[in-house]
Amino acid sequence: MSLEERELAELKSKIGRDPTSTELQIVAAEWSEHCSYKSSKRHLKMLPMDGPLVINETGYDSGVLDVGDGYVVTAHIESHNHPSAVEPYGGAATGVGGVIRDILSAGTRPIAIFDGLRFGDIEKDLQARWLFKNAVTGIADYGNCLGIPTIGGEVEFDECYENYALVDVAALGFGKKENLIKNHVEKDDIVVLMGGSTGRDGIGGSQFASDSLESEDRSAVQIPDPFIEKLIIEAVLQARNDGLIHAMKDLGGGGLSCAVSETADAMDIGIEMDVDKVHTRESDMHPDEIMVSESQERMLIVTSKSKFKKLEEICNKFRIGCSVIGHVTFDNNVHIKKGENTVANLSADVVANATLLDLPSKEPTYLKTIEDEKKFEPISDYSKLMMTLLASPNIASKIWVYGQYDHEVGIRTVVKPGTDASVLRLDNGKYLSAKIDGNPKQCYINPREGAIGCFEEACRNVVCTGARPIGMLDHLQFGNPNDPEIFWTFLESLKGLTDFAKFFKIPCVGGKVSLYNETPTGSIKPTPVIGVIGLIDKKPSVPQKISSGDCLLIIGDTKNELGGSEYFEYVHKFVGGKCPTVNFEDSKKNMESVLSIIDKNLIKSAHDCSKGGLAVAVSEICMTNQIGCKVSLDKVPGEKLDVDRILFSESHSRYLLSFDEKNLSDIESLLKTNKVSFKQIGQFDGEQIQFTDASKLIIDLNVQKVHKIWLHALPNLVLHGKKTV
Amino acid sequence: MKVAVVVFPGSNCDRDMYHVLTDVFHLDAEYFWHEKELPKNIDAVILPGGFSYGDRLRSGVIAAHSPIIKDVKKMAEKGIPVLGVCNGFQILVESGLLPGALLKNESLNFMCEWTSLIVENNKTPFTNQFKLDEKIPIPIANGDGRYYADDETMKNLKKKNQIVFRYNESVNGSTNRIAGVCNEDGNVVGMMPHPERAVESDINPNDNKPSSLIFESLMAKMGVNK
Repeated sequence: MSLEERELAELKSKIGRDPTSTELQIVAAEWSEHCSYKSSKRHLKMLPMDGPLVINETGYDSGVLDVGDGYVVTAHIESHNHPSAVEPYGGAATGVGGVIRDILSAGTRPIAIFDGLRFGDIEKDLQARWLFKNAVTGIADYGNCLGIPTIGGEVEFDECYENYALVDVAALGFGKKENLIKNHVEKDDIVVLMGGSTGRDGIGGSQFASDSLESEDRSAVQIPDPFIEKLIIEAVLQARNDGLIHAMKDLGGGGLSCAVSETADAMDIGIEMDVDKVHTRESDMHPDEIMVSESQERMLIVTSKSKFKKLEEICNKFRIGCSVIGHVTFDNNVHIKKGENTVANLSADVVANATLLDLPSKEPTYLKTIEDEKKFEPISDYSKLMMTLLASPNIASKIWVYGQYDHEVGIRTVVKPGTDASVLRLDNGKYLSAKIDGNPKQCYINPREGAIGCFEEACRNVVCTGARPIGMLDHLQFGNPNDPEIFWTFLESLKGLTDFAKFFKIPCVGGKVSLYNETPTGSIKPTPVIGVIGLIDKKPSVPQKISSGDCLLIIGDTKNELGGSEYFEYVHKFVGGKCPTVNFEDSKKNMESVLSIIDKNLIKSAHDCSKGGLAVAVSEICMTNQIGCKVSLDKVPGEKLDVDRILFSESHSRYLLSFDEKNLSDIESLLKTNKVSFKQIGQFDGEQIQFTDASKLIIDLNVQKVHKIWLHALPNLVLHGKKTV
Repeated sequence: MKVAVVVFPGSNCDRDMYHVLTDVFHLDAEYFWHEKELPKNIDAVILPGGFSYGDRLRSGVIAAHSPIIKDVKKMAEKGIPVLGVCNGFQILVESGLLPGALLKNESLNFMCEWTSLIVENNKTPFTNQFKLDEKIPIPIANGDGRYYADDETMKNLKKKNQIVFRYNESVNGSTNRIAGVCNEDGNVVGMMPHPERAVESDINPNDNKPSSLIFESLMAKMGVNK
């Protein structure tokens, strides 16, 4: 967990001498994969990052989008996988804390949290169950205390995460454009460390995150304190209002080492600091420990001597630490002292810019035969199968999770969690919709198409609320990049995301790469998680209660693409088959059509068709509305397929619209004009969810009964270890 | 009339409450930091939700000993209307202004969900516009929201008509499904659910009018026109 020999030689030749021990620690932290992106950086440039709404400023840790009327939205995504796998409560909580400070560092107030959680098979694996339960509590305790609503996310279980955890956190911020911190420095500016004290927690965390998780290194896990984070938020926003901040950066991976060197590098300045000035939790900390400690809830602020007095008053009001640790210089060096003695003196450029790697890639051999299907056991009772599926951990209601998160605080949440995407109201009368999606099962079978699918699914979700996608966040999580086969899957996913983003003109406003996600049994499946942010100028589509006689219509073709589906993997225990692909032209047509239908106020709700396919999507609508529905499978547009394939195919670009019958002709004529593939496939009525093929009844479920199963399956399993079906 | 919104370092519903008071009901409201004194010209005091001092010890227990609570107590004695919401309720209970205790929810989890209240006492400054037994759709969001009172306290609560709100259905194991109580004089009211999250129609999926009556009751008490 330090520099490789090659890197040490490189450092020596760059500085022309042997590095000191502190220098070694600083460089090891900053050159780690986690901080430097050395494996991925040269490739990430392919993503489109500019757009008419994107605001680019120096040294921001979050993306900024102009939402009009003088307001901006900021967005960022992070993960805390390695720490969460060791200590799920603290790991997940500090994951929230880190991304919140990225939003704060742009000078915006955090207004929403999203979390994507992935664990092993909780039906069999008690360790996975424990990780899941504690990660959820960690996120809840942290976000709830901050008073920032956790309004969305996803939870998924797959054997590939055995003994491991993926904890992804995305956050949104909101503020006035004029209040954005315009990072700049002036002569004689000083460098201030604000917030919690520096301790021995999280020592070497970034290197820990850049290595395979072989031993449980507890000292590398950070300890959460949401109360201090809350105080920092309020103090920083007050200092922002008073114009006291010249430049700001949060302390995350690599602690002071990274914050100081990256600030110096981004602002093209030098920073001289004294470790003795840092307020610490323990008295005898070594300079090396102070420089790489990843203690949480700390911000680095550059300000002038004259403004510091007021900044100090604000910190005193909130009773948080505030130490002048150094000052700005103009030699572009990071100069670290302990009292009068120099312990490190390096060019910021050398520290902050690790040599980028150009790793080899090679198509994995497993992909050659992955599309071959085996012969499946015929299904004798589809109703029974549906009950099993609705109770399965990936499909069961996640209310047990989001019910523990305060999703109302801040009084912006118009569309609450549990639907397609959550919607927040903004101060300028517009609405913001956002969703994160991942699909490792499909990404394993086809890294390119799987990643595009995640992106489209997140778009579909925000489109269902009437929002137009304006920005995306990508979080690329893969195994050890030194394995050419893994690196190939990374590149394929990235290329797919780039193509989709360019076609739809959705800029990437933030992202993160997390590599070395290795479990004792091997690499995780490729797990890109995509966040999409949508903007609604007028009214959002808030799902309205469906009543008897309302129509159900499907947009988009159902195809023979069940690779990575819950049906293949959960029911038939089969990994393989053809991964669903997105036809960009169709995807665009369908998206635009749904948006115009919502704009014309013709529907009660739109729901996207994804995990579990049509059968699950229809059941979800019925269960949340407590109403039955008769669906004719023979009417479903697309390829001629066996009923199981129509029911459970996870083809993309599909939407289910529910509406009053009187709007049917208007909707149909709009869809015909747009040359969209669609069909009315059912009508809501009674208490039974029924799927028929021609006149044959295939599925017949009582809505109340399955609703109960769907709602209680997850807590039954997590809390009592009981399978519901 | 002037409403004081008390702000502790960990309050996180203070801005929501302030928004509702000023932008929705057009009242004059002012924030008061926990270390400040309350001036004499205050007509009502609201303690909003949050995590007053981080609340890792016991919700509201440290806040009960904060400088501003001394002033809140004086105002309560004078009969000035005081409302504690969520953490504010916990603080009022910890400071002895209201009877009972707030314990961890039966589920042992933080719970955020919409529920329904029944009005049991329509004589307080925050409920005078309700009919008895009227229902209020409203959200809860708390970890320590289970109201507990022993038999003797319960007897007194009933006798002195101090039960203000009950849950329509049991949500967290509270004694007698109690969601809100008042002091003997009726001017100090505490409730776990969040009325400030329910008075605007675009964020209330049910009906925003009943929750609005909590604020309109205060306005009626103070003689402020709608």
